[in-house]
Amino acid sequence: MTETRIRPEALLPTAEVELSDAKGEARQVSLRGTLTFAGAADIWSRIRTGTATLKEGDEIDFDVSQAGAIDGGTMALLVHLRGELAARGVRAEFTGAAEPIQALIHLYKGDIDATKRKKRKAESLLAHVGRATVQFFEEVQGVLGFFGSAVLAAFGLLREPRTGNWKAILPTMERSGADAVPIVVLINFLVGFVMGFQGATQLKQFGANLYVADLVGLSVTRELGPLMTAIILCGRSGAAFAAELGSMCVSEEIDALRTMGFGPIRYLVLPRMVALMLVLPLLTLLGDLMGMLGGLVVGISSLGLTFGGYLFETQKAVSMWDVFSGLIKSVVFAMAISLISCQQGFATTGGAEGVGRRTTASVVSILFALIILDAGFTMFFHAFNL
Amino acid sequence: MPPFIRVSNLTMGWGDVILQRNLTFQVDRGDVFAILGGSGCGKSTLLRYLIGLETPLSGEIVIDGLGRPNLEVGRPPFGVMFQSGALFGSLTVGENIGLSLEQWTPLSHDAIGAIVRAKLRLVGLDGAENKLPSELSGGMKKRAAIARALALEPPLVFLDEPSAGLDPVSAVELDELILTLNQVLGLTVVLVTHELPSIFKIARRCIMLDKQTKSILAEGDPCDLRDNSAEPRVREFFNRLAKRA
Repeated sequence: MTETRIRPEALLPTAEVELSDAKGEARQVSLRGTLTFAGAADIWSRIRTGTATLKEGDEIDFDVSQAGAIDGGTMALLVHLRGELAARGVRAEFTGAAEPIQALIHLYKGDIDATKRKKRKAESLLAHVGRATVQFFEEVQGVLGFFGSAVLAAFGLLREPRTGNWKAILPTMERSGADAVPIVVLINFLVGFVMGFQGATQLKQFGANLYVADLVGLSVTRELGPLMTAIILCGRSGAAFAAELGSMCVSEEIDALRTMGFGPIRYLVLPRMVALMLVLPLLTLLGDLMGMLGGLVVGISSLGLTFGGYLFETQKAVSMWDVFSGLIKSVVFAMAISLISCQQGFATTGGAEGVGRRTTASVVSILFALIILDAGFTMFFHAFNL
Repeated sequence: MPPFIRVSNLTMGWGDVILQRNLTFQVDRGDVFAILGGSGCGKSTLLRYLIGLETPLSGEIVIDGLGRPNLEVGRPPFGVMFQSGALFGSLTVGENIGLSLEQWTPLSHDAIGAIVRAKLRLVGLDGAENKLPSELSGGMKKRAAIARALALEPPLVFLDEPSAGLDPVSAVELDELILTLNQVLGLTVVLVTHELPSIFKIARRCIMLDKQTKSILAEGDPCDLRDNSAEPRVREFFNRLAKRA
């Protein structure tokens, strides 16, 4: 804190602000005593209230001749108040400053013309929507461009397999796959369980209890298993990839890689993509099993079905294609998760705050992409009776 | 002998913003060349253009007669030390230095280990190969980054603010290391700095970028510019330490 002390004998125990409006004289704010940051809030509100009625063309002096000491924080506020008055067309000047206080005024630029600050015009709703739309398409363009670069890097890797960062694949598979098993098991079991309950309530009315197995089996293998597992991986691995690469970006590690002749996409993105494309189908299979197990528990406990009967019905309803179509989805979902998270990580600027922003953006974008892709798959399979 | 680096009419910027225009200078083989200037004038950005991380709006950069470095193809003929060191946080110091050797040479694991230890000895970091970058001090990180930049024996290194943020003792030690590398290995060094003691101690030639005119304000030997420049802003820049004293 900058503090200027003058005339110790003149120091008063408290700061005092007086607003005088003597007829025919200039208005004055008299600042007295020791003006420290502790009493700044009071000074701030008193000056603001007292000067609220001033109009354009009025003048007012900030008389500091009686001030014993002023610290930096208080001076900053006084200079800001002077600027606020100037913005309203009221001319305000510091007067009677002893040399040390004059130096402090100068330090905080309180002795130069306070110019009217231009207030930033609030953006209209239309402009906001327009900007957000442009940003959205720029993001899509960024992801597509990144996908193109990844394809080129993959071809380059096929030509020169020696240059691949193969040893990063297994640890990434472990982090993204093995470590995610408990949460995948739990979430998918609960999804199957809840769906079984909801279905049972309806199916009971028609005496079609057994068809809970069909409902759960088909929904889980075709839709919910791949989707829920991908969403879990989006939250775990997608966010982690974006944060990790984002941190590398802001600490110039990506630039360092490039200047060492390593293609960052080949070295950092492809191993992550390959790892996810290998583990997500496996996790999806596990998720499918857990979802059906959840339905089975409901079937046995609430609907009076037998273990064998439930399994037989599931076997009848769920074909290999149903499971396989889910696995196809999961491979595409894995590509989407790795591409979008890595692209967001690579686009990070602005330090730690930028890393956080991009991590959030990556999770949101991935979720959006997963839903769109899932809808696309459903329509495609439906159109071709698959 | 042709210059090691030749920059002709380089204009830096993005969109409508011009940072510097029509920069022309050259760096000779074996030189220690400093890029100077005030904050925000584009010193570090110029370095990014030289190493191929940015594409010029116009102009030409030729390094070792090969044109602007293309980082997408093969390994560039230089090493770079970034301002923060930019060591890979998930790798040990030894792995950081050995990474390029693994990628670009057919050397065995043992041979790479031996080279890594030799490079660490060279920069005064004996026995640090198993440490993580997070366990190193600022000065040690910069030394490790220099060792990584030298891993493939490049004839040219770019150093971004090598002594910035270091205590005076570490800064002097780092300057001496750079000077030794230049004298013993014949290394060409291009560095960005605004540390006057470093400039006078190690730089043989320099250019000074100017933010106002967006051009090179002065070029030559730093001591000569300090004493004889006709441009007052150049003299002021070089004499600011003396003034403070």
